[in-house]
Amino acid sequence: MSTVQAREIRVLFFASLREAVETDTLSIDITGPVSLDELLARLKERLPPTAMTALTAENVRLAVNQTLINPPVMVQPGDEVAFLPPVTGG
Amino acid sequence: MTSNSPACVVQVRITEADFDAGEELQSLYARAPGDLGAVATFVGLVRDLAGDEPVSTLHLEHYPGMTERSIEAIVERAGERWPLLDVLVVHRVGPLAPRAQIVYVQTASSHRDAAFAAAEFIMDYLKTDAVFWKRESGPSGERWVESTAADRQRRGAWDGSDGAV
Repeated sequence: MSTVQAREIRVLFFASLREAVETDTLSIDITGPVSLDELLARLKERLPPTAMTALTAENVRLAVNQTLINPPVMVQPGDEVAFLPPVTGG
Repeated sequence: MTSNSPACVVQVRITEADFDAGEELQSLYARAPGDLGAVATFVGLVRDLAGDEPVSTLHLEHYPGMTERSIEAIVERAGERWPLLDVLVVHRVGPLAPRAQIVYVQTASSHRDAAFAAAEFIMDYLKTDAVFWKRESGPSGERWVESTAADRQRRGAWDGSDGAV
């Protein structure tokens, strides 16, 4: 256990969303739990409108700590939030 | 995994390296229990055409940790439906050329019906539920690949849904 209290959320962008945002990771400083809407508002301060349009597209799914979630959820300092465009394997 | 297959060995490997189906089978024979009677193997290759568009490179990316768990969840569902002894899924990432091996699914059971069905089930779910992204490069540029309506229909046929995810 780290003795340093986490004070940020790590936000990851994959594939086409990484290209739209032009980075694979952003750190957002927070001091307590926030809603995903609040997290999006914080991202909006850092990202151009085109990137926000891509992140909020209907087919984008969200994972918190590597588990798919359906909003609304609250995220905590120390969480990892990932924006996932449509997946395909095989 | 289930009451039918309490000792099913599950391995999921995400790798940039190529794989050798023969070596994987030999390794299975060395570790599998005595009631092994059937093994189904599937190898997927990178195609050189996407529709009518030539493909020079397929780039695969994944989300380390979450990708492995997404495949383990698919294998677990297969194990709930069929009595499996051993399942191996190898999925490559990184840049791949046409004809490169991209995915290997190996399902082992006592009898062939479970092995065949589970391999097909796992492949159908990999297309729609496994956490990978594919970008095709060709003479006309680059594009991100999505699962097709046919992929979602095949997946949906297993659980009676329309396959929407």
